[in-house]
Amino acid sequence: MAMTNPFKTFMLTELLAGLSVTARSLFRRKVTVQYPEEKTPQSVRFRGLHALRRYANGEERCIACKLCEVVCPALAITIDSDVAADGTRRTTRYDIDLFKCIYCGFCEEACPVDAIVETRIHEYHMEHRGENIMNKDKLLAVGERYEAMISADKTADARYR
Amino acid sequence: MIALDKLWLQLPDYAHSTAITLLLCVVLILSVAYLTLWERKVIGWMQMRIGPNRVRIFGLLPGMGQPFADVIKLLIKEIVIPQRANKILFRLAPAITLIPAFAAWAVVPIAPNYAIANVDAGLLYVLSLTSMGVYGVILAGWSSNSKYAFLGAMRSAAQMVAYEIAMGFALVGVLMAAGSLNLGRIVAQQHGGALAWNWSWLLPLLVVYFISGVAETNRAPFDVAEGESEIVAGFHVEYSGMAFALFFLAEYANMILIAGLTAVFFFGGWLSPLDGLPWWLGGASLLAIPGTHWLLLKIFVLLFLFLWFRATFPRYRYDQIMRLGWKFLIPVTLVWISVEALMSWYHLGPWKH
Repeated sequence: MAMTNPFKTFMLTELLAGLSVTARSLFRRKVTVQYPEEKTPQSVRFRGLHALRRYANGEERCIACKLCEVVCPALAITIDSDVAADGTRRTTRYDIDLFKCIYCGFCEEACPVDAIVETRIHEYHMEHRGENIMNKDKLLAVGERYEAMISADKTADARYR
Repeated sequence: MIALDKLWLQLPDYAHSTAITLLLCVVLILSVAYLTLWERKVIGWMQMRIGPNRVRIFGLLPGMGQPFADVIKLLIKEIVIPQRANKILFRLAPAITLIPAFAAWAVVPIAPNYAIANVDAGLLYVLSLTSMGVYGVILAGWSSNSKYAFLGAMRSAAQMVAYEIAMGFALVGVLMAAGSLNLGRIVAQQHGGALAWNWSWLLPLLVVYFISGVAETNRAPFDVAEGESEIVAGFHVEYSGMAFALFFLAEYANMILIAGLTAVFFFGGWLSPLDGLPWWLGGASLLAIPGTHWLLLKIFVLLFLFLWFRATFPRYRYDQIMRLGWKFLIPVTLVWISVEALMSWYHLGPWKH
């Protein structure tokens, strides 16, 4: 039993010092963010739900090069491709399994035509089995719905790339 | 109102004590409920958070509905009894921890010259009832037939037995000052303003009593009974739903009891701090009137200390707890009891007369 300074031990000085620390923070400003009403600032590079983009004329950006499928470390992307009616190379299937995805953003980096992107949307949920598979239609729908946000984010980030 | 007054006076004594007992139980249960909320709030504030503020009552008072939400949730959950548990003891253990925490209030003087049972050996009654808590913990840990529960029970049993002794010795000092085991008389003896209360003469005993009280209730920093990192939840791992809630209720009821007893033994119970002072110090003002409100105020402040400790101190290691109890607290009480003997011999402090 080490009691180097009996006076300090018996006067409980160190315990009182500890208590004064908590007493002071009792009156400090609270830093809690009241989540659904308040949100912390988000980067334009935030990697959330995926989307497939289109060009302004409505043409799909994706050319089925399968670079994203190859680069994906979690093997979350599955792509089938074929020649479309107009003779271009297009995907017939583009699935992302959101349960496998680790949101690393490599697909977005690999894409030569900026087709697959990760949006800032992070508040989404699934209610039924199978909803975790984002197929081509769902991805394109997300892209159409949030195109304004996506293009704004890409422009804001472009000068740092 | 007048008719009710008369009716109340005509009732026999047992009806009076039954009514007051029921009232006290309801008040205690509600206090426990709101103490849990207050604890979460205070600890939150001390960690610079806000604490619970979502569940409201009637759309008002953020957070005030939280205790009820918690209770309803626990009530509708299933109580799982482990296959190989000792089923009788398993069901009995929560009751054994809970009942003494309520029963001890019978002898506590809750209003000037009033206690539900004015027992002359009140202090012994309190000591024996608070010791009962150990049985609940041990039985719960043993009957669960789980190694974690058993380890938790063993650790807290050793701790509670050790601190029981320090607690008892600290109360010997109080008993010497009051010359009585009756809690009402212990309070009455402390009259004469805040400085005449026992804490001023028995300060070391107050510190020892309160520290042992924290250890007795298995509160942080003495909560080895439920060390999350080593033994999950300790002695009540296997309890779920309302059976778990009873342990929770018992822990908080014990906190209120220890705070109440500390107020009675060392802070003059229902006495006003201005009582007996000259009029220019407020001795004749409304604030000098003794009453239950003073007891409640003192209990509230002491309970705040429990929460403050929990927010501040990390958990003691098992051997540190044993060292503090046996090598520090018990010697301090023994020394101070000797000092008291000298004070009494030379007619100092409470022994003036």
